[in-house]
Amino acid sequence: MSQFKDTPDTGVTRRSLLKGGAAVAGLAAGSGAITGFPTIWAQNIKNVTITHVGQSFSVIPQIGAQASKDLGFKIEMQAVDLNTQMNRLFTQPDSIDIADLSINTVPDIMKTKIGLPISTSKYKWWDKTMPLFTKGEYTDGKKAPTAGGAPIKFQYYTDGSGAKLSPTPTDWLASIPTLTNADTLGIRPDLIGRKIDSWAELLNPQFKGKAALVDEYDIGILDAAMALQASGQIKYADIGNLTKPEIDATIKKLIEYKKSGQFRAFWQNFDQSVSFMASGEVVIQSMWAPAVTALRARGIPCTFVPLKEGYRGWGITLVPLKHLTGLKLDAAMEYLNWYNSGWQGAFIARQGYYSSVPETAKTFLEPYEWDYWYEGKPAAKDIHDPFGALMEKAGNVRDGGAMTKRMGNVAVWNSRMDEQRYLIKRWNEFIAA
Amino acid sequence: MSWMQAAPLALVLLVFFVAPLVFVFVVSFFDYDRLAIYPAFLLDNYADVFTSSITLQLYSKTFEYAVIVEAITVAVGFLVAYFLTFHVRTTAWRIGLLVACTIPFFTSNMIRMISWMPFLGREGILNDVVLAMRLSKTPLDFLLFSDFAVIVAYVHILTMMMAAPIVNSMSKIDKALISAARDAGASEFQIVRDIVLPLSRTGVALGSALVLTQTMGDYFIVHVLSGGKSAGVVSAIATQLSAFEYPPAAASSVVLLVVVVVLVGVIFRVVDVRKELAG
Repeated sequence: MSQFKDTPDTGVTRRSLLKGGAAVAGLAAGSGAITGFPTIWAQNIKNVTITHVGQSFSVIPQIGAQASKDLGFKIEMQAVDLNTQMNRLFTQPDSIDIADLSINTVPDIMKTKIGLPISTSKYKWWDKTMPLFTKGEYTDGKKAPTAGGAPIKFQYYTDGSGAKLSPTPTDWLASIPTLTNADTLGIRPDLIGRKIDSWAELLNPQFKGKAALVDEYDIGILDAAMALQASGQIKYADIGNLTKPEIDATIKKLIEYKKSGQFRAFWQNFDQSVSFMASGEVVIQSMWAPAVTALRARGIPCTFVPLKEGYRGWGITLVPLKHLTGLKLDAAMEYLNWYNSGWQGAFIARQGYYSSVPETAKTFLEPYEWDYWYEGKPAAKDIHDPFGALMEKAGNVRDGGAMTKRMGNVAVWNSRMDEQRYLIKRWNEFIAA
Repeated sequence: MSWMQAAPLALVLLVFFVAPLVFVFVVSFFDYDRLAIYPAFLLDNYADVFTSSITLQLYSKTFEYAVIVEAITVAVGFLVAYFLTFHVRTTAWRIGLLVACTIPFFTSNMIRMISWMPFLGREGILNDVVLAMRLSKTPLDFLLFSDFAVIVAYVHILTMMMAAPIVNSMSKIDKALISAARDAGASEFQIVRDIVLPLSRTGVALGSALVLTQTMGDYFIVHVLSGGKSAGVVSAIATQLSAFEYPPAAASSVVLLVVVVVLVGVIFRVVDVRKELAG
């Protein structure tokens, strides 16, 4: 168990059920057992339930069911909204075993001391993980941009105490990254009928009353800032971390656009973004990949359009929480190793996300699926979404092309800004204006 | 022992209503950062509420909705109640029609709100009709994601809340009184104005209190039907909660509570419900 940070205050085992298991687990961990359990352990572990809590775009019941089947113990997937998730995480961390989070939440996990630092030796796939997470580099060795919450800023702790983040690689992971993607504007090409290649188009008067923006202060402000910068209205020093005057200038512009009727609506969950697009109310808007695949699966043309200024990137990560001990901790680690072993990566690839360990996802994808989603090659056969619906006809190419091209052109990463409190206040004023 | 009869309810109210409320009040003075709240006694949260320009904006929007919705639901609710009480002759029919009024409530609020989109949308049924009848050359955008849509949805949901207590009041009116007035030569309008309206004001007051508290406390309808373009007092509280800012959200909630209590107090001051119910 030495690989994990076991603080004295964890209260050892809260559940009497696990008391017996802890000793056995210690033994098993000593033998470096990742595959195959000792018999007694295998008996006990069946009673373990790991609670995985996150948002619906990544916490999907099918993934939990497959994990439970493969691992022999129960994985309970709880998809909640961001608000509920954060409240539970910080006020009742014991109600969560594995927290499924945006990687920029890691500093908050560190400050509240609820996460468990993970030794790279305990995690099977670290050397196969995308260099974007491990080194902050692209596969070709080029440094990735760091504007906003770039994953490398939150990946490593300086040591096993988990008290300080390290900008350079160490042996201690703050979390296990699972997936990443590059977001951009979604458009209805059939209703626009011309080339869209800049964030500035979101504010183009041509789309007055037909544009929409996500109403989540942290992401919405970035989409808006990309559009304002692209249209030459505001120049930001660091677009990933706005200053108070920059926030003021941005909100002022946004209110002007809102008053002039530029925005048809604002959405708070991706189902709303799908219905806006499907009903033709909106033709250009902030969007997420699963919403685009959902529309296409319904036969509605929607393009996740590549823009010359670059994408808004993000990374999702799993944090095992500190209250995990004994058998349950070993089960959690087993689950984390299962998570990036390929099945999950292939599943989420079909809704447009990239696995942090593409190599393993590849083994669970058909070659034509890999070529379409990761390589940006024309689909050799019809492409289906994770739930089996037809998403793309054979012959078409993924919007934005190959992973290297899409992830290679990230302009800003989702971030939690220093002036968040002020931003929330001003964002509220914008929505109420 | 009457206090023993009241004790179970009192206990439930104390634990599940009074205690949380006290807690909200206490937290409204706390300090906070983006991860935690810290016990303190600060007036900053209230100062923020009262000095922010957004407060006035949010309250005026919420009042605007409340006043318009109140006016429409009183008018419609009164007419529905009047028809059901005085024009439907058999009790069976009256109950049948009253139940029919509740049919929209058989589905969840979520479904009811979403259903407005295919109806009011740019490519919705209503716009199709408008275009087909050549009443307009382009689809009418104001039908959806607008104040119009928000008010339509409020009226749709809240009219029943207004009508039900009015029906209750009207059914207590002595039919002989109406007959006497008619025998004395009063027109239907005079009967409504001089007898029915004054005698059903308890129902109007109760209905108004319900409608007012519902509109003031709403967050979901205004968000969905304004397309997130408009916000009420509770919308801002919701954003603060989602950002983990409990103390300012608590302070806003306390202010809202006081405002609503005062308004309901005014309604019940105008119409002495207790006296009317006793009488």
